[in-house]
Amino acid sequence: MQTIGQQLINGLSLGSIYALLALGYTMVYGIIKLINFAHGDIYMLGAFWGYFVINKLHFNFLFAMLSAMLFCALVGVIIEYFAYRPLRKSPRITALITAIGVSFLLENGMTYFFTANTRNFPQAIQTVTYHLGGIQISNIQLLILGTACLLMLLLELIIKRTKMGKAMRAVSVDPEAAQLVGININHTISFTFALGSAMAGAAGVLIGLYYNSIDPLMGMTPGIKAFVAAVIGGIGSVPGASLGGFLIGLLETAVQAVGLSAYKDAVVYFVLIVILLVLPAGIFGKKTKEKV
Amino acid sequence: MKANLKYNAAWLGVMVLGFVVIDACEFLGIINSFIENMLVTIGINIILATGLNLIIGFSGQFSLGHAGFMAIGAYATGIITQTLVTPIGFYLSVVVGIGIAIIAALIVGIPTLRLRGDYLAIATMGAAEIIRILINNLKITNGAAGLFNIPPLVTWATVYVFMCITTIVTVNFIHSRSGRAVMSVREDEIAAESMGINTTRWKLAAFVFGASTAAIGGSLHAAYIQTIAPGDFNIMASIAILIIVVLGGVGSITGTFIAAIVLGTLDTVLQNFGTLRMIIYSLALILIMIFKPSGLLGTWEFSFKPLGSRQRKEQSVHE
Repeated sequence: MQTIGQQLINGLSLGSIYALLALGYTMVYGIIKLINFAHGDIYMLGAFWGYFVINKLHFNFLFAMLSAMLFCALVGVIIEYFAYRPLRKSPRITALITAIGVSFLLENGMTYFFTANTRNFPQAIQTVTYHLGGIQISNIQLLILGTACLLMLLLELIIKRTKMGKAMRAVSVDPEAAQLVGININHTISFTFALGSAMAGAAGVLIGLYYNSIDPLMGMTPGIKAFVAAVIGGIGSVPGASLGGFLIGLLETAVQAVGLSAYKDAVVYFVLIVILLVLPAGIFGKKTKEKV
Repeated sequence: MKANLKYNAAWLGVMVLGFVVIDACEFLGIINSFIENMLVTIGINIILATGLNLIIGFSGQFSLGHAGFMAIGAYATGIITQTLVTPIGFYLSVVVGIGIAIIAALIVGIPTLRLRGDYLAIATMGAAEIIRILINNLKITNGAAGLFNIPPLVTWATVYVFMCITTIVTVNFIHSRSGRAVMSVREDEIAAESMGINTTRWKLAAFVFGASTAAIGGSLHAAYIQTIAPGDFNIMASIAILIIVVLGGVGSITGTFIAAIVLGTLDTVLQNFGTLRMIIYSLALILIMIFKPSGLLGTWEFSFKPLGSRQRKEQSVHE
């Protein structure tokens, strides 16, 4: 019972990181039907930004995270402007290849400028471990869970309650009709990228604090897993992405707990393929019929 | 058949000429081991990229899992030739590699090819990663350390011959009735289906075909390089092959050849630049997608036919 509780806590903290990432995937896919391959690398940039501002500028943790979110939002908007906007009208495969190119560029660019070495993330917050009925919870795990839930709530409010959120929903349903009622599509898409990338930036700083090590290729696997989470939840659905993130986090910890940690990535991919075949629209996704 | 005899003879001439030129250069000592290494890498990349171009360019299915099938071929050769150190062992291992790759492609393809576009890309990538993780954890493949001291049973000539054979078979497949069926699926799946084409079957055929050429490429890679590790066949490797296909032109075998040769030469020239090289490649990929999404050559193919028909036209003018 204790180990199950312990694994549940570990799974939830890992899952909240995936959930934050999955939100970016799901929003971008919902609005321009593009798998933003570079999303995982924006998360990596967020972690590196946190590393530098804490080490060099001696920011405290809160400011480091907020500035990382701002920085990543900016990067996301720049990437969208230069790489994806010219391709808005071209086939989806073209945009996907571009996204792979951007991801490759960020990974290799960071490797070139900062070497491929793994770095230790500065401990901006002293780790304190609490014991609750035999279960260990560190304050960092609580911080990750709390921050992730807060950000998800904030995002839900932005999408449901603000004018920009309404515009985002409108563009994802029908871009042309949205344009007809006076919505600026370009601003809306930029805003979506900014929101998603800010989430990724926050996730990057949090994972740095949790795992204590960062490197230029760290975004690749979590990026793909977060995409799997978005697919499981139903791509385009915000609550689905959060749920999918937690599910993937729990699944991964469960696989590790039964001693198959070498296969934890394989299990996630396998689940992806099964979900795509059995439930292609995901848990919260809408089914669409193809018309000729 | 007879009508094409002249062109087929011309292509055969080109192939033989290529072989003779490389052989002569080898004999005269112009090609040192460094350049030979480059040529073999180019040859293997052509085999891999032609197969991927068949899947992406001709059947229109976006596969990101080519390295997984390459790994199957490479490990088949690595394992079999360690006990059977003869050329026969190598050819046997190629056949076994192709067989396993076909089975794997069927297992992966039958369910996933129902998916469209980007979902298919992610699913094939997942499948290739599963293959890689399995190899990484099995005992027979020696885990993450990989296999080394694989007997060198492959020379540049073997690679050249294999390259010619796979290209001939692929091009013939494309120009056959089956090839037209595959291309009709690319153009419009629903229209093709209403014309009575079994779209699933032809998509699967192209996918399996591509996978088996990838296995051949992997076998040659293993036997020439002599060391393989699971890390060589990750998603980066799939993307490296994709870059060749995209750069040359999605749907142009000529383009694949040119891109593989240009990139292979650049690789050797830029070897000292390391990661900067990858930055250049990724920038090139983005810029080509933005400004010329169909690749440098698009679907253009080099052919002897226009040359021949011009002569015939001139003749008719004279008559």
